Amino acid sequence: MSETATATKEKEKDLLQPIYDDPGVMKGLEKLDEATIERVINQTLEAEGGARLKILVETCVHCGLCSDACHFFMSHDRDPKYAPVGKVKQTIWEMLRKKGKVSKEFLMRAVQVAHTECNLCRRCVQYCPFGIDTAHLISLTRRICHKLGITPQYIQDTAHSHSATYNQMWVKEDEWTDSLFWQEDESRDEIPNMRIPLEKEGADIYYSVIAPEPKFRTQLIYQAAVIMHEAGADWTMSSLPGWDNSDMCMFTGDLEMMGRLKRRHFEDAMRLKVKRIVMGECGHAFRSIYDTGNRWDAWESMPVTIQHSVDFFEELLRLGKIKVKTKIQEKVTIHDPCNIIRGRGLQEKLRTVVHAFCDNVVEMYPNKEHNYCCSAGGGVINCGPPHKNTRIVGNSVKADQLRETGASIVVAPCHNCHGGIEDIIHANHLGMELKFLGDIIYEHMEKPDAI
Amino acid sequence: MKDASLWDWNPGEKEIVAYDACSGDCEWLEEPVVSPDGEKIARVAKIRDEEEAVFTLAVNGELWESTFERCWYPRFSPDSRLTALCSEMAEWTLVVDGEPWEERYGFIWDTRFAKDSGAIAAAVQQDMQYGYVKDGEPWGEFFENTNHPVMSPDGSKIASVVQTRNIPQADIFTFKEGCFSVAVNGEPWDRNFVNCWDPVFDAKGESVATTVRTSLYDYTIAVDGRAWNSRYQCMWEPRFNPGNGSVVAAGRQGGKWGMLKDDEWIWEPRFFQCWKPAFSDDGANLYAVVAPSFGRWTVAVNGKAWGEKFKQAVSDLVISPDGKRAAIIGKTDEQWGIIVDDTRWVGWFAMAYPPVFSPDSRHVGYAVERKDGQMTIILDGHAYHKDFDKAWSPVFSPDSQHVMIRCLDGGVYKRIVVPISEF
Repeated sequence: MSETATATKEKEKDLLQPIYDDPGVMKGLEKLDEATIERVINQTLEAEGGARLKILVETCVHCGLCSDACHFFMSHDRDPKYAPVGKVKQTIWEMLRKKGKVSKEFLMRAVQVAHTECNLCRRCVQYCPFGIDTAHLISLTRRICHKLGITPQYIQDTAHSHSATYNQMWVKEDEWTDSLFWQEDESRDEIPNMRIPLEKEGADIYYSVIAPEPKFRTQLIYQAAVIMHEAGADWTMSSLPGWDNSDMCMFTGDLEMMGRLKRRHFEDAMRLKVKRIVMGECGHAFRSIYDTGNRWDAWESMPVTIQHSVDFFEELLRLGKIKVKTKIQEKVTIHDPCNIIRGRGLQEKLRTVVHAFCDNVVEMYPNKEHNYCCSAGGGVINCGPPHKNTRIVGNSVKADQLRETGASIVVAPCHNCHGGIEDIIHANHLGMELKFLGDIIYEHMEKPDAI
Repeated sequence: MKDASLWDWNPGEKEIVAYDACSGDCEWLEEPVVSPDGEKIARVAKIRDEEEAVFTLAVNGELWESTFERCWYPRFSPDSRLTALCSEMAEWTLVVDGEPWEERYGFIWDTRFAKDSGAIAAAVQQDMQYGYVKDGEPWGEFFENTNHPVMSPDGSKIASVVQTRNIPQADIFTFKEGCFSVAVNGEPWDRNFVNCWDPVFDAKGESVATTVRTSLYDYTIAVDGRAWNSRYQCMWEPRFNPGNGSVVAAGRQGGKWGMLKDDEWIWEPRFFQCWKPAFSDDGANLYAVVAPSFGRWTVAVNGKAWGEKFKQAVSDLVISPDGKRAAIIGKTDEQWGIIVDDTRWVGWFAMAYPPVFSPDSRHVGYAVERKDGQMTIILDGHAYHKDFDKAWSPVFSPDSQHVMIRCLDGGVYKRIVVPISEF
C-alpha cells in the first residue's frame, strides 16, 4: 500500500473513531450479513420511499448550492463530505445506486453522517433551487439504520425509555409527580399561595415539558409555574404518562413509536379537556407534536392546539398578563432554534420577548430563518459522549457568530440548543452565559404575589 | 354498589352548598369534584397555618377532622365515597371519607375504582419498588417499575405492565432481550417481551390481553402470556369480545390500519387510523374510532365507517347499554360537537364532555362549554334552558325517566333533577 493510501486509510479511521466507540452501531453491525442489509434497505425504500423519494433524488442537479447552508461544511473548510449533497451521496444515493448491496464499512459512515453530522435543521432546503428536503433523505437513512439495528447507543436508549415509560429519561411515574410537588413546595417560600395544578379537568392550558426538566432542569418547571401563576393562567399539568412531549423516536426512525408517543400526549390533553397545550422551551418536541408525529397518527393538523413557550410568552406580554419589572443591561444575543423558527416562524415573537426584557440586544448574522443550527438538534446531542466532539468541531461557524456579537448572554429557547451551545461556549472559551426565556422572564418580571 | 334507584330522583332543584363554603379557616380551596349521586361536592382545602403546610378535604364545606401535609387527586367512588391521596411525615396513603388506609408508602397515585364491587386501588412505590394496593392490601410482589394498570370488572384483580429485569444505564442490549411482562395481582407471566402496553381483562376477569413488541419492529398481541403467531408493523390496544372471549386489536399493514381478531384480519387494513375498539355487551357489535381518509375521523361499526366525520379529531367513544347505539364527540375547526348514530347534532362548542346514554339506551346527554365559558347540558340534541358556571356530565335515573344536572350556579353547587319529557 502506498504512503498516500495508508495515510488516507488512517484519516478515514480517525474520522470514524466515534463510530468505533459506539457499541450501538458496532454490535449492531456484527449481527448483519450482506443479504440482510440488502433486504432491509430495499424493503424500506420500496415500502416507504415512494414518489417523494423519487422526486427528491431525481430532481437534484448536483449544483452544490446547498453546501454553504450547512454549518458542518462551513466549519470543515468547505469539505464536500459535509455538504448536504455530499451527505446524501454518502447515504441514501449509494443505497439506491447499489440497490442495497452496500458494505458494513459504508454503513458505518452512513450512520455517522445521518446521526451525527446532520441536524435535520433544514437550512439547506432554503438554499436548494428546487427546495429538496435533504432532512427527509437523511431521516429515511436513519429509518434504515433503525431497521438494521445500528442506531447509536445513547439515542437508542432514549427511544427505549420512551417505549417503556412514555418519557425519554426513564422517569418513573412517582418521580414525575414528586418533582412537581417539590417545585411547588420550593416556590411557596417565594409565593405563599403558589400552586402547580395537577389533573385539573377543564383548564385552559395543559403545560407539557420534556423529561430532562424533572430530571435535571427542575428550575424550569419552577419558573414556568411562577410565570403561569403571576399571569393568572388557568392551567394544569398531568400526573400520568403523556406529560412528556419529547420524541427521540422521531429521530431514530422508530416511527411506530413516534406515533404511540404522540397519541399518548394528545389523548392525555384531551382527557383533561384543555383548550390548548402550551409546551416548554423545546424545539424538537414542537416539531414532533406540531408537524411530524401528529401526521403519522393521521391528524391533519393538531387535535389540540399547540403553543410553543415563545408564542405563549409573547401573548402574555401583549395582553399585559405579565409585566416587565427590570431589564437586562448587558449585551444579549439571540439564538434562533431551527424547529420553531424555520419550522414555525416564531422569530419576531422571540425578539419581542427578548427586547421587552433586554435593553442591549445584538443580533448574530445570519439570523432568524437563516440561522445556523446549534449542531445539537435533530437528535445529534442525544447520540451521547462518543459523538460530542463531532458536533462541536462541526460548528465553529456558530462559535464565530457568537464571538463576533461581543454579547455576554445568549438566549436560546430550546433544550437541545442549550446543550449544544453550552458545549460550543465552553470548547471555544467564549465566556458567555446561556439563558432560556423562562430564566429571563422569571428574574425580571413583576411578581405581585411574591413575598 | 349503592343502588342508584335509592337516590333522590324527585324533580326539582336542590341547593347543596355554597361553592366557597368552608367550616374552617381556609387559605384556599382547590378544584371541585362531585359525587355520582350529586349530593356532595369536595375540594382540597389549604388550612391557614403559620408554621407548616396543612391540607385536608372540604366536603359540602365541612372539613375532614384528619389533616395532612399534602392532599391531592380527590375522587369520588361510584358509590359516592370520597377518596384522596394524602401524606404525613413524608409517607403516603389513600384516605377514604377521612379515614386513612393503614399501610404507608413512598408514594401513591392513579386511584382506580371497580364499577360495581366497591373496590378501590392505586399505584404505589415503596423503597423504589413498584406495585399496586387494593382496599389497603398491597401486591405480594413489587417490581422495578409498573405501568398501564387495569382493574378487572369485578374489582378483584389488577393487571399491569411490569419491569421484571434490571436494565443497567444505557444498556440497550439487555433491553432488546425483553425486560417487560404483565403481572396479575403481582404474579408476572412466565414470559418477557421487549414492550407491553395497555393490558385489558376479559369480561369475567379471568384472562388478560396486551399489546407487545417482540423486537423493535414486531408487534402482536399476547393473551395470558402467549403471543399470537403473526407479527405486524404496529398494533394498538386489544379488547376481549364479551360474548365469546375472542380478542380484537387494530393492526397496521402496508401503512394502513384494520382490525384483527385472534390473529386474523376481520377489517381489511384500509383505514388511515383505527383505534379504541369497543364491543357491545353481547359481543355482537364491534365499534372503533377510524380515519377513513387522512385527517377525517369517525366511528366504524363492524367495519363500516359512518358517513359523518370530524375534520380535526375525535375523543370519547361511548356505546349504549344495549350495544346498538354509539356516540362520539369530536372537533372540527377548533370547535367540538357530537355525532350520534351517524347523525351530527346541531351545535358547536368550546368543549364537549363524554356522552352518556340512558340505561334504556334511548337518550343521550352530554355536558358542553360555550365560547363564553358557560356550560350546559345537551339532551337528545336539545340544550337545557339555562347555562351554568360549570356543569358536570349528566346522570340518568335507572328508569331513564329523569336526568340529574350537577352544576355551579351563582356561587352555589346545585343538583337539579329534570324529567326527560320536560327537557
